[in-house]
Amino acid sequence: MIPGFGLTLGLTLMWLSLIVLIPLSGLVLKAATLGFSGFFDTILTARVLASLKLSFGLSLIAAAINLVLGLLIAWVLVRYEFPLRRILGAMVDIPFALPTAVAGIALTSLYAPNGPLGWLFGLIGLKIAFTPLGILVALIFIGLPFVVRTVEPVLADIDQATEEAAACLGATRFATFRRIILPAILPALLTGFALAFARAVGEYGSVIFIAGNLPMVSEIAPLLIVIKLEEFEYEQATAIAVAMLLASLVLLFLINVLQAWGRKRQGTA
Amino acid sequence: MFRRTFLAFAAVSALFSTAALADSELLNVSYDPTRELYQELNTAFAKDWQAKTGEAITIQQSHGGSGKQARAVIDGLEADVVTLALAYDIDAIAKKGLIAADWQKRLADNSSPYTSTIVFLVRKGNPKGIKDWSNLTKQGVQVITPNPKTSGGARWNYLAAWAYALHKNNKDETAARSFVGDLFRNVPVLDTGARGSTVTFVERGIGDVLLAWENEAFLALKEFGNDKFEIVVPSESILAEPPVTVVDKVVDAKGTRKQAEAYLNFLYTPEAQEIVAKNFYRPRDAAVAAKYKDAFPKISLFTIDDEFGGWKKAQETHFADGGIFDQIYKPSN
Amino acid sequence: MNRDPLPIRILLIALAFLVMALLIGLPLVTVFAQALSKGWGEYVLALLDKTTLSAIRLTLITALISVAVNLVFGVMAAWAIAKYEFKGKSFLLTLIDLPFSVSPVIAGLVFVLMFGLQGWFGPALQGTGIKIIFALPGIVLATMFVTFPFVARELIPLMQEQGTEDEEAAVSLGASGFQTFFRVTLPNIKWGLVYGVLLCNARAMGEFGAVSVVSGHIRGKTNTMPLHVEILYNEYNFTAAFAVASLLALLAFVTLAAQSLLEWKKGHA
Repeated sequence: MIPGFGLTLGLTLMWLSLIVLIPLSGLVLKAATLGFSGFFDTILTARVLASLKLSFGLSLIAAAINLVLGLLIAWVLVRYEFPLRRILGAMVDIPFALPTAVAGIALTSLYAPNGPLGWLFGLIGLKIAFTPLGILVALIFIGLPFVVRTVEPVLADIDQATEEAAACLGATRFATFRRIILPAILPALLTGFALAFARAVGEYGSVIFIAGNLPMVSEIAPLLIVIKLEEFEYEQATAIAVAMLLASLVLLFLINVLQAWGRKRQGTA
Repeated sequence: MFRRTFLAFAAVSALFSTAALADSELLNVSYDPTRELYQELNTAFAKDWQAKTGEAITIQQSHGGSGKQARAVIDGLEADVVTLALAYDIDAIAKKGLIAADWQKRLADNSSPYTSTIVFLVRKGNPKGIKDWSNLTKQGVQVITPNPKTSGGARWNYLAAWAYALHKNNKDETAARSFVGDLFRNVPVLDTGARGSTVTFVERGIGDVLLAWENEAFLALKEFGNDKFEIVVPSESILAEPPVTVVDKVVDAKGTRKQAEAYLNFLYTPEAQEIVAKNFYRPRDAAVAAKYKDAFPKISLFTIDDEFGGWKKAQETHFADGGIFDQIYKPSN
Repeated sequence: MNRDPLPIRILLIALAFLVMALLIGLPLVTVFAQALSKGWGEYVLALLDKTTLSAIRLTLITALISVAVNLVFGVMAAWAIAKYEFKGKSFLLTLIDLPFSVSPVIAGLVFVLMFGLQGWFGPALQGTGIKIIFALPGIVLATMFVTFPFVARELIPLMQEQGTEDEEAAVSLGASGFQTFFRVTLPNIKWGLVYGVLLCNARAMGEFGAVSVVSGHIRGKTNTMPLHVEILYNEYNFTAAFAVASLLALLAFVTLAAQSLLEWKKGHA
């Protein structure tokens, strides 16, 4: 048995409580002052539901797209040697470093009808900025580094000898990928997906510039929280936040359970 | 290469040097469009104050959406004075006991040392022929305004349109309701703040007409060129009175009441009123107003007290949760 | 080093470049083009402005504190989760992920609810002269909350993938917990750790929404770089706004330098 379990877990729990759980419980308590029916009256209005559907739906789609794009980029970065590889690798972090508001402004100026990409898509009759598609672009942008950066170290760590052995034994590239590489990176992939999704659900700064913010159409849930705050309705604002928190909690938990299950199965196989 | 190294060195050394401290310091928490105005006013006041009392004074500025700023003060941002977009936001602070309830009576002119109104900004040549509020509900006209829920300026926009419709329809509320509904159905993008809307209209090229503070419209002309845009003055509009007041709890705790009150009184002096006029706000001082009367278009103005019975009532009827503004966006089924 | 056929390699690399160029390259070019639109002189002048420098200073201090603290916590959490089996592990992991899914607006609000004048501890704090929100501590707290999961999340998949054999061997040879960690585990997780710190730092410096709620936006005092960008942008001072934003984008080159250094060391080890 490796030592340090009690120490590390204890300090982890303490720190987690101080920085995350206690502040969040304050949020829950504030929402609780609404009472059960008040809480549901706030959540179950057409406008709030529409915004929740929009936020969660688009976040899932964006995370799924990021799963594919992120794996592609991580794979290329780890496996191949090519000119500008390091530059490409360094650029992955840009969505984190760039303040979300700046990202929103830059994306909007690109995808607005008078921007280069907006004009290009306009040729095929596609409007991006100021529609839900614009939100999707922003969410893909902010989520991409999560998948790349979680998959990259794991991919780099895979013992290529196993792959070579598989190849020697006559396995096709595809079979090697599916049987050896994919199982090894699957937990990391799922983690990346979960994180990209989680980040997208709550995103505010970059989205409000490009969304158009029309109620029932392109109004994200975090914007509704801000609107409630502007009305000095702290309780209702926290109620929406708590609803989002619970939904994210359930989804993240499912993904983590799935991952643990996958790892166990892999271990016993 | 040497030059670059030198610049980097200069930047780093400047980074860690600390600014000289003034004898006393005030914090003015204000709304978004007043940055340029207060930068000038603060310098003028500091000079005036030093000449009168010999005390050096620094005025710190904080700007943001009016409602957000009010919330920050409620939550403990130590503002000596607040200068916000509408009385309702200061009322909200007063309700928490930080400001005396009768604050609006403490200074002249409803505690608003300057006023403004709502006008239209259109593209050069006014291609859609927009002359008045009634043109805004026409099909095919795209109107840009921020969201009244998140922007103080947008609430003035909305109320001006509402009152116009009441006047045109013999005070018929149903007609006003459908007029404002039609107007907002012509809005393709609802930004969260006034400056956001200006950028959407000017930089992104969206929309045919921008509803804006008069001072913002003039500033946009100055910043982005009057060869691209022009201001259209509607037949009537609302008298916007952005109020100012001292935050009693804070100045009493910090011992800055004397300075804070002097600062606000300074806003009413001819010197300050000149600065106000130059920044496209309408001055209150009669002499200054006469001097700048050609700078501001003539327009018939109504007040929120006459038309809506004050901010509190307007807020509750129109902008509160489930109010008339929310009903515009109710799904039709 | 790899046996993927050349056409596939080229195709994947080309795709990766395309994705990166469209998603990240173009927004980046937009930022720099705007920042330099009036030439280098204006660019440097914008950065040497007094309020800009104070924003840079505040951002550096904030990032330094939050990254250091989250680094220590992240390593401990990853150790506890990756090296041991215990009940509720998936749930703990979910709780660690939680700050990602909390909207930045809410991440700021929770600290206002705790330390604000109307909050739990606000009235008690008043008069003691201790300022939490609208001052440095609040900004650091909000930043720590937002960047809380990064290091842990980067390390966990990697450490799980590596298993516990090395550590068990070290312990059976009589190494203490700390020795095992510094001599055996640390070299193995170096990459994940570097990525975790870089991401955490990038996010800490770039955070906008949460900090915006707790900052108070006092010019030259409580404005971080992202907030300063917003202010400059709202003053129609686009050149300066994007100049400050471009500094944050340059963080990507810190990633580049760190990566190169590590690879170089590996080559010389």
